[in-house]
Amino acid sequence: MGIRFVLMVNKQGQTRLAQYYEYLTLEERRTLEGEIVRKCLARNEQQCSFVEHRTYKIVYRRYASLFFLVGVDNEENELAILEFIHLLVETMDRHFGNVCELDIMFHLEKAHFMLEEMVMNGCVVETSKANILAPIQLMDKTS
Amino acid sequence: MSGGGGPSLMDSLFQRTLDDLIKGIRLHLPGAPQSSFISKSLDEIRREIKSTDLQTKSTALQKLTYLHSLHGIDMSWAAFHAVELTSSPSFLHKKTGYLAASLSFRPSTDVLLLLTNQLRKDLSSTNQHEVSLALECLSVICTPDFARDLTPDIFVLLTSSKSFIRKKSIACLLMVFSQYPDAVRVCFKRLVENLESGDSAQTLAATVSVFCELASKEPRSYLPLAPEFYRILVESRNNWVLIKVLKIFAQLAKLEPRLAKKVVEPICDHIKRSEAKSLVFECVRTIVSSFHEYEFAVKLAVAKIREFLLDSDLNLRYLGLQGLLLVAPNHLWAVLENKEVVIKSLSDVDRNIKLEALRLVMSMVSDDNVVEICRVLIGYALKSDPEFCNEILRSILSTCSRNVYEIIIDFDWYVSLLAEMARIPHCQNGEEIEYQLIDIGMRVKDVRPELVRVGRGLLIDPALLGNPFIHRILSAAAWVSGEYVQFSRNPFEIMEALLQPRTNLLPPSIRSVYIHSTFKVLSFCLHSFLFPKKEVNSLLSDNDIEPGFTYSESEQEFTETDQATSSSAFQKRDTFTQESIDNVLTLVITSLTPLVENHDVEIQERVRNVLGLAQLAQKDISSHHDQKEKMVDKMDLKVSIIIRLINDALSEDFGPIPFNAQERVPIPDGLVLEENLSKLDSICADVPLPKSESFSLLKPINLPTDGDSISNQHNEEESETSAAESMSLLAEHRKKHGLFYLSSNDNKNASSSFPPANDPSQRDNDMEDLVKLTEESLVLKRKPNLSRPRPVVVKLDEGDRLPIIVKKTDENDDLISGAVRDVLLGNETSLHSNNPSGRRKGKTSSKDKVENSETSNSSKRRSKHRNHGNNVDKKEEISEKSKQKSGGRHRARRRADGDIDVAVQKPVIPDFLL
Repeated sequence: MGIRFVLMVNKQGQTRLAQYYEYLTLEERRTLEGEIVRKCLARNEQQCSFVEHRTYKIVYRRYASLFFLVGVDNEENELAILEFIHLLVETMDRHFGNVCELDIMFHLEKAHFMLEEMVMNGCVVETSKANILAPIQLMDKTS
Repeated sequence: MSGGGGPSLMDSLFQRTLDDLIKGIRLHLPGAPQSSFISKSLDEIRREIKSTDLQTKSTALQKLTYLHSLHGIDMSWAAFHAVELTSSPSFLHKKTGYLAASLSFRPSTDVLLLLTNQLRKDLSSTNQHEVSLALECLSVICTPDFARDLTPDIFVLLTSSKSFIRKKSIACLLMVFSQYPDAVRVCFKRLVENLESGDSAQTLAATVSVFCELASKEPRSYLPLAPEFYRILVESRNNWVLIKVLKIFAQLAKLEPRLAKKVVEPICDHIKRSEAKSLVFECVRTIVSSFHEYEFAVKLAVAKIREFLLDSDLNLRYLGLQGLLLVAPNHLWAVLENKEVVIKSLSDVDRNIKLEALRLVMSMVSDDNVVEICRVLIGYALKSDPEFCNEILRSILSTCSRNVYEIIIDFDWYVSLLAEMARIPHCQNGEEIEYQLIDIGMRVKDVRPELVRVGRGLLIDPALLGNPFIHRILSAAAWVSGEYVQFSRNPFEIMEALLQPRTNLLPPSIRSVYIHSTFKVLSFCLHSFLFPKKEVNSLLSDNDIEPGFTYSESEQEFTETDQATSSSAFQKRDTFTQESIDNVLTLVITSLTPLVENHDVEIQERVRNVLGLAQLAQKDISSHHDQKEKMVDKMDLKVSIIIRLINDALSEDFGPIPFNAQERVPIPDGLVLEENLSKLDSICADVPLPKSESFSLLKPINLPTDGDSISNQHNEEESETSAAESMSLLAEHRKKHGLFYLSSNDNKNASSSFPPANDPSQRDNDMEDLVKLTEESLVLKRKPNLSRPRPVVVKLDEGDRLPIIVKKTDENDDLISGAVRDVLLGNETSLHSNNPSGRRKGKTSSKDKVENSETSNSSKRRSKHRNHGNNVDKKEEISEKSKQKSGGRHRARRRADGDIDVAVQKPVIPDFLL
């Protein structure tokens, strides 16, 4: 399965969003997140965006204080995942307007909703920002 | 305050919102204050979530979901409340409920089945956003039960007029198929239709993704769809879709070479035309991994890889190296062309890039260049940080030892390389080096003199004893020096090295290896002194002294040649003078006597063995010396007889032992391995247990654990040394607790069915069976300028190191692909095989359930057409029209299907090639 999990983590290593596309227990998630954060956050700008960890390949990108980490299996196209991360950030940016860590914290449900529009079963199903945001905008309007 | 509705009213009025909770968490410092705040909030949530007011409940669940997903709080207890909220008429509540369910439910959640009806209701809702919620939730938490019960609903959605719904139901199918392979028979046709129609870019992306995932598990079934994929490859302008299609072709092309010919052109076009690096890279990867026989395509791909390698973007450089790694097996020239870049990357700042470069360098290794590459790499290792240094050493070790040291021709060089590695300050691969030193010693006879020389170098350096990381290597050096002491130029020097004061820095397990080696060296020295070379032959054939020991002819020759080699190592036989032997004996006795009281039982035992021999020898030889009698009379000494026996015992060669040796030992009758050993404590209470993991000359896997060869040998040594007076501690121990040792009878049983690796009587046959001379490789491509041939490396027929585990394909994948094949091939043969209902007889009950649920569901849409025979697939309806509509129909059909099954079993794969 292409994408196995999506994590958003701040500079201090605190998880701000975690979506898994395969079942892991809470304990497994916590250790996995800890390992990944330790591995990725120690890297600097001069290092590449791909890290191999356990059976995953982690593709990550840093935007301001937030790290976007996507765990994929080894078959996945790394550059496409980088594009996916960028698309995710752009989409959030369009919705929240200059998205920051706090936006995601206080609107976790919306962030999950956007992610659900983009990815299902670990497959990227939607890549148009307008399409991704349409249901959320509708929801905001009605509520 | 007063009424029963009070708490819930109070709760809803003064309930903290999610924002309040988040702010609260941020106000409290991480650690104790924060966790106490969280547990306080949890208490509130527990109260609020029971409220009858849905808004209150929803907010409570929202907060709980937040805590669960970001702070790892367990929320399995709230599963029922999540299910409750999904049935709320309010979309927002429903959303909260579904999100909580998809984030926290697991296959074992007990209220899972309660969700089935709600999911079904929402899947058939007129509000597309409700449908979407249900689909998204299902795609995460789907279980076989859900999949079975809801397949009909998803089947309907696959033809929805809204592409928003269609793409999600398609993506959801992947999960449904994996949970319930029978769903393939129902839904696959419509999935294919979605691929063919291609009316919406959205659904196409989802469909292709699903096929990509399915094909990655078992590609063969999807070959018939190749024309469709080809059309997409040529027509689509969506990079996401193209990448997925390329992945599918990478799988298919391996199965069907004619396909490759057709596809390789459009892929090259994409490389030339596309601006998107991701697509270009995918094309490159597809070509080098699946189309490597098309020279022009590979050339193009390698040119692109080179562009990546020279790019300033680190990510592209990393991927370029990965691409090279894929090309390497078939087109080594591509790697050699980019050699400088690869070598340069070894000193990149990024560890990942360095690692990829290292893998590439290792892929270039062959028997011609291994020496040169290792030299370069060791140079890099010395310059690198400790972590990468060890990474380099590890890959050298594993590459060189691959397939029983396949690429090593010059073992003398390799052995000294191992020693060189030991001296690298950061080296942490002691265990592997230890293993290889001993392994090579046992396998390659010709290298033993060099091995002893290298071992000496390590042993005599007192500085090395201070580094705990290389203690294991020293252990191997000590063992080698003792076992093959006859090749040593100066055994006295080795003796001194083994007994140097700094050996007290070693852990007990390794120290006992040192001491045992002392024993071997000492007995060798005494033997050489007492039986100068000329008498060796006569002595060996003089078997009547010890009738228990009968060597076969070849064995004798073997020992003789050994002796001959050893004598050549000693140009000066007269090194073994009376004086030097006296010195050695004094050295042994003075250095080891303090260890008699050592707390480690293993050391103690071995020290006593050595001391017993040394003291006996000293007494005999010095008294003999005083009498100034002639050399010949030495033979009559008590010590001479013992030494000869010991030496005979020690001169046996150790050979490599198959990995599965232990398994082949039958468990003796009456031995219950699982028996509770609780009695052991009371028995052993008075015995100080050794702290270390007992003696291990070799890696545990290499020990002949059946105890035959080694313990026999120990027994011999023991009985002999005990004749030389000192009763060993182990023997006492054995006597006392004889019950825990296998009786000798058992041992014989074992050895009768499993020939021990070192049994001298078996040696001849074993050698023929087990030894595989690498003549083939010698003939194959030996360079004429090679100064000397590769020495013989002993290999075992079976079980050298780890056995290879054959990966089994998932049973589910088999089921899926089986179903897919049926559906697809059925497409072209007859309508009958399109039958979507479950075909396998074992699954009839589940099949009936599908139909039943389908019936109830479709009743809404076709209420006037209510009929038991109303079935899933329209096509089936068509095909069924003429048939009877009674309930018994299914059985008849199933039988008919069975016949078709037989016919389909050997599918004729049609020529799909475009």
